[in-house]
Amino acid sequence: MSMIEFHNVEKYYGKFHALKNINLNVDAGETVVLIGPSGSGKSTLIRTINGLDPIQSGKLIVNNYDLSDKKTNINKLRRDVGMVFQHFNLYQNKTVLENIMLAPRIVLKRPEDENHELAMQLLNKVGLANKADSMPSQLSGGQKQRIAIARSLAMQPKCLLFDEPTSALDPEMIDDVLDVMKDIAKNSNMTMLVVTHEMGFARAVADRVIFMADGQILEDDSTEKFFGDQPSTDRAREFMSKISGHL
Amino acid sequence: MINLISSQWQPLLLGLWNTILCSVIALIGSLIIGTFFALLEISQKRVIRVIGSVYVEVFRNIPLLVIAMGFFLIVPMYIAKINGFTAGTIGLTLYTSAFIAETVRAGINSVETGQLEGALANGMTYTQAMRYIILPQAFKVVIPPLGNQFINLVKNSSVLAFVAGFDLMYQGNLIANDTLQTMPTYFIVGVLYLIITLPLSYYMRHLEKKLA
Repeated sequence: MSMIEFHNVEKYYGKFHALKNINLNVDAGETVVLIGPSGSGKSTLIRTINGLDPIQSGKLIVNNYDLSDKKTNINKLRRDVGMVFQHFNLYQNKTVLENIMLAPRIVLKRPEDENHELAMQLLNKVGLANKADSMPSQLSGGQKQRIAIARSLAMQPKCLLFDEPTSALDPEMIDDVLDVMKDIAKNSNMTMLVVTHEMGFARAVADRVIFMADGQILEDDSTEKFFGDQPSTDRAREFMSKISGHL
Repeated sequence: MINLISSQWQPLLLGLWNTILCSVIALIGSLIIGTFFALLEISQKRVIRVIGSVYVEVFRNIPLLVIAMGFFLIVPMYIAKINGFTAGTIGLTLYTSAFIAETVRAGINSVETGQLEGALANGMTYTQAMRYIILPQAFKVVIPPLGNQFINLVKNSSVLAFVAGFDLMYQGNLIANDTLQTMPTYFIVGVLYLIITLPLSYYMRHLEKKLA
């Protein structure tokens, strides 16, 4: 079953052509990693999936909601599609626990005791139960990102989007975050789309690797093919050789 | 001066009361209307943004006295019978709301936009994101400038004197004319304004510290 379907999608920022004729299908439960040079449209692509960036033409269906239709209730779609951002985007005026509990309380009307229990479970899962009453400003980057992941999981989404979740982190913090993400990829049937430069992570958990450049999808390969043989386009091979120092 | 107070305390008290009443109404009203127009000004839709900025530019760029006179003279002619107090209070509310809109808008802009996206991606509606995440932080930032606006508002309520609003200034003018004790009268009026504005100023500082 498809979770995400792009059909001939075009996206412009003013005159800038950010996404060019995107065709992509992601099945429910798949873990897909998007890689490519900066400015290639990876972030834009995943931001169109929960409607943070609108598309200009083509058809985009996510969890049976048609994002190309202006009448679609985008708020309802977002309940099922979580997002983790490069800069965490935690609520600065709320404690860690409130960051996690707020949306389930006011959006899903989840009963308070149940909400609290689930939030504490998630905090345990990301290893930060002792930070429940801290404010976001008191946390390190890696801790913030794990809280942000817990906040997304609290909505019990069907699909999770990660927009360069480790790019803003100190190197020694990155593994803590990746471990949480690996755990989700392996132990849940959530659909995951991850924009990242972490090739080790891609190799370990991705079912597919998508390579983008200049607003286009140049490659859509199984992980084995992409890392095992070699990417089939020159552009992707060139990119991989440039970042191979990070492997 | 003691004589003046003991003989004129009734009109002075009435003036003080009307000034306080006008200020409280205008303060609450302008805060609500100002916040509303601040939200219009940051809307995603161009038409709504234009409506917001036209309102703000009109009301903050016309002298308060002209606005109050407008309501005092024009509204009774065409729309409804209102007295000077009502006309002046409406004028003061709208005039101040334009400044508050700009202040609140600046506060909203000071909150990182990422938090709005975080809230939306988390399933909240735009209204919920504003109410629970953005506005609480915006108001915290703008308490000091908002305090200035409120103090200005109390002082600006003296515009009621020009539209027969029976406020402190109006009563002061009457007493000064009647008794010819101009200096002592205005001295007392000044002290009475301080009695309203100093606690307000102190309270805003207290609020600033409490929320910091």
